[in-house]
Amino acid sequence: MEKEISLVPALEVHDVTVAFDRKPVLWNIDLTLPQGKLVGIIGPNGAGKSTLIKAVMGLLPLSSGYVKLFDKPIDDVRKRISYVPQRESVDWDFPASVLDIVLMGRYGKLGLFKRPRKADIDVAMDCLRKVGMESFVNRQISQLSGGQQQRTFLARALAQQADIYFMDEPFAGVDAATEKAIINLLRSMTDQKKTVIVVHHDLQSVPQYFDYVIMLNTRLVAYGPTESVFTQENLTGTYGGKLTLLTDVGDLIRREGFPNREAK
Amino acid sequence: MNSLFEFFSFSDPNIRFVVIGSVLLTASSAIVGSFTFLNKKSLVGDAIAHAVLPGICLGFMLSGTKNPVFLIGGAFITGWISLVLVEYITSKTRIKEDTAIGLILSVFFGIGILLLTVIQKSGNAAQSGLDHFLFGKAASLVGDDLYTFAAVAIALLIAVFLFFKEFTLLAFDKDYARAIGLPVKRIELILTSLIVLAVVIGIQAVGVVLMAAILITPAAAARFWTDRVRIMILLASVFGAISGLAGAYISYTAPQMPTGPWIVIVISMIAFVSFFFAPRRGVVSRLLRQYTIRRTINDENILKALYQLGEENKNFFIQRYPDEIIRKRKFEKDNLLKVLKRLRAQGYVESSGNLWGLTEEGKTRGQRVVKIHRLWEMYLTTQLHIAPDHVHEDADTIEHLLTPELEAELERLLDYPKQDPHRSEIPYK
Repeated sequence: MEKEISLVPALEVHDVTVAFDRKPVLWNIDLTLPQGKLVGIIGPNGAGKSTLIKAVMGLLPLSSGYVKLFDKPIDDVRKRISYVPQRESVDWDFPASVLDIVLMGRYGKLGLFKRPRKADIDVAMDCLRKVGMESFVNRQISQLSGGQQQRTFLARALAQQADIYFMDEPFAGVDAATEKAIINLLRSMTDQKKTVIVVHHDLQSVPQYFDYVIMLNTRLVAYGPTESVFTQENLTGTYGGKLTLLTDVGDLIRREGFPNREAK
Repeated sequence: MNSLFEFFSFSDPNIRFVVIGSVLLTASSAIVGSFTFLNKKSLVGDAIAHAVLPGICLGFMLSGTKNPVFLIGGAFITGWISLVLVEYITSKTRIKEDTAIGLILSVFFGIGILLLTVIQKSGNAAQSGLDHFLFGKAASLVGDDLYTFAAVAIALLIAVFLFFKEFTLLAFDKDYARAIGLPVKRIELILTSLIVLAVVIGIQAVGVVLMAAILITPAAAARFWTDRVRIMILLASVFGAISGLAGAYISYTAPQMPTGPWIVIVISMIAFVSFFFAPRRGVVSRLLRQYTIRRTINDENILKALYQLGEENKNFFIQRYPDEIIRKRKFEKDNLLKVLKRLRAQGYVESSGNLWGLTEEGKTRGQRVVKIHRLWEMYLTTQLHIAPDHVHEDADTIEHLLTPELEAELERLLDYPKQDPHRSEIPYK
């Protein structure tokens, strides 16, 4: 039974195009990821890395294609999905404590109207310990350093006890020691057959950190096991030279108010 | 004075009604408004408040009575339409939200005033009092109307209680809420409906024009006092209630006075006081903190100068004239004497006549400042590769700021260097 489940791909992205204000920022992405892998998404600024994970989670509308997680539409498996947004995406001056934020990770399981119970607080505390933040439980979040904010978000994601984790630059603003601690944590998660997908910036650490890598530059350059895909040729394809024609066509679509797909 | 006693004894059932009514209205607006504030949608409340006026007028015109059910119904509908339009304009055109709100607000309010004028000129006797919706009148909250409004206010409170966790999460991190599968659209719909309802009943007390103030101001004032959402909302409701009570009282003693502006004046005073006097976040507290910091810097600079003079003589406890200290480091003489006296009271320096010298404790503190200064210079030059002649000013600030933990980390990181970049010895204990 166990084996059978793990045969189902964690993520299947089929012909996905995403557009902002009509202008496509991701063109025709196709990929399939197995379960239990630590996956890095890399690419230059504006390559659509965050856009890809947001689109996969249904936070952005797709112009074309579909996404399946564990062979099901996303809304059927929401409880198995966890998300670490970019740290700057929220206002940290919000009146809340670290524990308040981590408990948010339990809201999906709790359902409407119910308040966090003692057991949820136990889970939250446990997750805070895993990221080394247990001494900050009651700290007001605006008083945290960047790395501590990042770890709070990580603890919140862990508290969901999900099967697949999407993380948008979890290493941004984190010192080297913390980065190492986090990567060990992610590694122990994939050992338990969890799938972790990480938007990543530092190319040097890619071979060391990730089992799989997705190389993106508005279109998919390559994806697959790191050792076979993370090559000089693919790197040049991802980072070398702007895809001027593709960007120009995207701009044209927006200017002319064209639909992305012909009406069916 | 008599009226004050009469009012607060609550013996007159009319007064009881009015007080309960206005306190419920303002407190529930404040609670719902807290989420508008947390969502940074303060202007939206203003748009709704102005947009309900045509709804009230239409409700009256269609029903011919001031029955609150019709008025609330009409207000609710136009309030909602205005929000839908704001959202539509923002998403479908290049017009930004603030402009869209401004547009909708003025158009709806204009139509409202137009309809109100038509009604007033129509000679319908039932219309008298409709203009209370412009500035509010707590004293008109009596009888059956009150029951309707109280019921709505209590429904609002229950709804906020039930959805508290979802509303908070949505205000903090909407994408995350959506990612974990909360029905974000529906929850937003509920919150928006609550805001519209709060506005619809709140304008009874303060009127259309000033409604935004009692939605937002209590929350803004409460935010100064706390970093906890629950306490913030509780405080906001208390602030709202106080202003509602004050409004009811004024409405009672001076019936010709408009209630709304008075409620807003009271809540604004509370906000004003919070802004200046709240601990930590208030302006006065910040100024005090800065004053303390400046004092610490002054104190430590003098101890540092005395310590450095001591280094030159290899004796830290020699007593010196103030002029000698000024030669080492520039101080205003009057100020120097003032600070020296303060340091003497604190036990860091001793004096005999006009001669001043460090005590053991003063030496320790001066030494620590000197040590951190030189360590920081080392850190900047060796770790950050900043030129040695650029590091002094930086170190002058850092030396007063560093906590003992950071100091220890700095020592460990640099591995206890003996000299700073300018070859001055770094003193350890």
